[in-house]
Amino acid sequence: MKFVDEFREPEVITRTAEEIRRLADPKRHYRLMEVCGGHTHAIYRFGLKDILPENIELIHGPGCPVCVLPMGRIDDGLSIAQDPGVIFAAFGDMMRVPGRQGSPLEHKARGMDVRIVYSPSDALKLARNNPEKHVMFFAIGFETTAPSTALTIMRAKNEGLTNFSVFCNHVTIIPAIRAILDSPDMRLDAFIGPGHVSTVIGCRPYEWIAQNEKTPIVVSGFEPLDMLQSIVMILRQLKAREAKVENQYKRVVPWEGNRAALRAMAEVFQLRPYFEWRGLGFISQSALCLRDSYAQWDSEQRFSVPGIRVTDPKAAQCGEVLKGVLKPHQCKLFGRECTPEHPIGALMVSSEGSCAAYYNYEHRKTAMVNILSQTA
Amino acid sequence: MAHGAGGKASRRLVEGLFAPLLFGDRSDPLGDAAILEINGTQVAITTDSFVVKPLQFPGGSIGELAVNGTVNDLAVSGARAEALVCTYILEAGLPTEILEREVRAMAIAARKAGVRVSGGDTKVVEHGKADGMYISTTGIGRPLAGVKIDPKSVRVGDKILLSGPIGDHGITILLARGELDFEADLKSDTRSVFPLVEALVRQAAPGIRWMRDPTRGGAATSLNELARDCGLGMVLFEDQVPVRDVVRGACELLGLDPLHIANEGQFLAIVSAEYADAALSALRLALGGEEAQVIGEVRDQPAGSVLETTRYGGSRIVDMLVGDPLPRIC
Amino acid sequence: MCLAIPGQIVEMSSDQPTAALIDVVGVRRKVDLGLLQDDLPKPGDWVLIHVGFAMSKISEQDAIDQMNTLRALGEIDGAMQEVEGYGLDDRDDDGISDTADDYRRPAAYKDRVS
Repeated sequence: MKFVDEFREPEVITRTAEEIRRLADPKRHYRLMEVCGGHTHAIYRFGLKDILPENIELIHGPGCPVCVLPMGRIDDGLSIAQDPGVIFAAFGDMMRVPGRQGSPLEHKARGMDVRIVYSPSDALKLARNNPEKHVMFFAIGFETTAPSTALTIMRAKNEGLTNFSVFCNHVTIIPAIRAILDSPDMRLDAFIGPGHVSTVIGCRPYEWIAQNEKTPIVVSGFEPLDMLQSIVMILRQLKAREAKVENQYKRVVPWEGNRAALRAMAEVFQLRPYFEWRGLGFISQSALCLRDSYAQWDSEQRFSVPGIRVTDPKAAQCGEVLKGVLKPHQCKLFGRECTPEHPIGALMVSSEGSCAAYYNYEHRKTAMVNILSQTA
Repeated sequence: MAHGAGGKASRRLVEGLFAPLLFGDRSDPLGDAAILEINGTQVAITTDSFVVKPLQFPGGSIGELAVNGTVNDLAVSGARAEALVCTYILEAGLPTEILEREVRAMAIAARKAGVRVSGGDTKVVEHGKADGMYISTTGIGRPLAGVKIDPKSVRVGDKILLSGPIGDHGITILLARGELDFEADLKSDTRSVFPLVEALVRQAAPGIRWMRDPTRGGAATSLNELARDCGLGMVLFEDQVPVRDVVRGACELLGLDPLHIANEGQFLAIVSAEYADAALSALRLALGGEEAQVIGEVRDQPAGSVLETTRYGGSRIVDMLVGDPLPRIC
Repeated sequence: MCLAIPGQIVEMSSDQPTAALIDVVGVRRKVDLGLLQDDLPKPGDWVLIHVGFAMSKISEQDAIDQMNTLRALGEIDGAMQEVEGYGLDDRDDDGISDTADDYRRPAAYKDRVS
């Protein structure tokens, strides 16, 4: 696969890992946060922790739009879809996320019309093909996905398609990063910046991190060589006591971002005054909702929404894990009451949530290494 | 719903509910077929049901799956399928042309596999049930001489063989459903694997420890089950696992793992190190086995789990599937 | 938020000016080019695809530059062949080794396990 395989070349990966080992100061412990859920997933999928030196710690940030979605929002969406005339359409990622009475897939088993879509335009197509039903697209995602939702809503308006609406849960990344940096327990040396969000917002929005917080941030791609090269760039900055925004993912990320995408977002969306993030609490100006000019395509205005708030069980330490203060296995519920099969907290629900990723890919390896180091 | 997908939930249902009530105090692990002794003759018997949407897809249809699936369960238990009986559960209102098409497909598949269809039954259920049709087949066969399938015979150092590329069937079905709007030049791999098993047995019988056809839940699920049954670790070499480019592309686009995708024409075999080379050549020389690979080996760690390793030294645990593989965008 | 894959534009859509058919190693799908309308790609161009929309054009030159930079790492020092893998030396053209040497353990894992 072009533009994929080159960045997975084993010899170059090994060489880059060696460079990292050369650059890393053995007397230092580095804490690098990768913000984006896709990076969390990549780290586990490619086993990158195995080839990094022990003194580089990768901390998973809050960039998982499924993980930060409060359960009440899922319940609200599902309550709209209780109406037999409504089709609930969403990405596969949402299908197993539990609401109080079960996940969308469980609702489907009980008779709700639930469809998995790959694209918001597929949801629009469903509306075209099912004129007697209403299609509610349950939208999630950061700025990577929001422009596509925006364009789809604009197309619905142009076509005069009224049996389509969006239940909008789009969130923005900068407030999440700010919440991390504002957190008193956090000490981070650098950020591995979100690659695909940056194709939309560009690299400028991160400048305050480098200038005000004096923290390096390297916008990174998702292949093993991308992430390793980003770590090399970070280590070089730290060695030179610099703090800059750098773009490792040049082949895809324009420094100025994508104007057309930002225009589409500005046309359709406005910022909510505040929004609740699971595990992080209420954050102002951190989420999107539809403008009045598009009220007809806003599920929350078309339908009466209960506005359910569901608090997580106290024992679930999702917030601390989300902020990188705790590692997944340090949460008391991890691996016991809370597993990917019966997730209690948000981070276990999505396959890229820190806890699920750790559980699926890592903890047996850790246990195995522990056993072996004890018998050695 | 997750219970039918072939992974953790299915296994719990079988082990937790069916096994204790139906299978009595058997202590041996559940295999793909049961070997019975009737009046001094060994007979292998297995049953399976086929539920697929859409009924017809590139490369095959439910009628073919119903034959090959059962023939393969017998084959990987080391037996040659002799006869099948089947039950058709039909949805009221199913057009006769479709039923006829499937019965024909079954007849052709049975002839190709060299197996007799000796009887059957039909039931009609009300409209809205059965997704058109469900088929259940029960097959009996003759165990091949010199083969004993037993997870407990697996040893550290054994090799893991795979007969050919994985993921073809599951991705074909996913695309054929049309919901995701993708197209690819890909078809189901449904076929009888018996000829390959026979070739393997001829050259390497004493070295064969275990075989399985990785259907629902994929190769990862089958190997996890084995790892649990024998208490050892299955270590896979990422770049040795054969996957067609187009399957890989679909998996990358949809965020799926080929190791979790269903196959209907491949099988896994654990073979002792001594016989591994002979086993691999036997498969590669056989018609349809040209793409066979050694994809890994058995080690003592990680005990009870499956680990995939890369050439640059990275590794990851490959877990059993939980529910159906779902496309993701994150 | 993050799953985006490179694909090549095969042909522009006949009925929609901002849509095109893309190909990813043989998988094909119609993709919306609306987010790239300021600088529409054309058949043969590579784009990054996320949820059925093209997000960005992929610069082949930047990709080549990146690989060259990475490949040059360590060459200045002269340090090279600590690469312990499986079957790197005796591979067929298909890139997959047939010999028993394949079954050696990859370096990092070996250090942890043995």
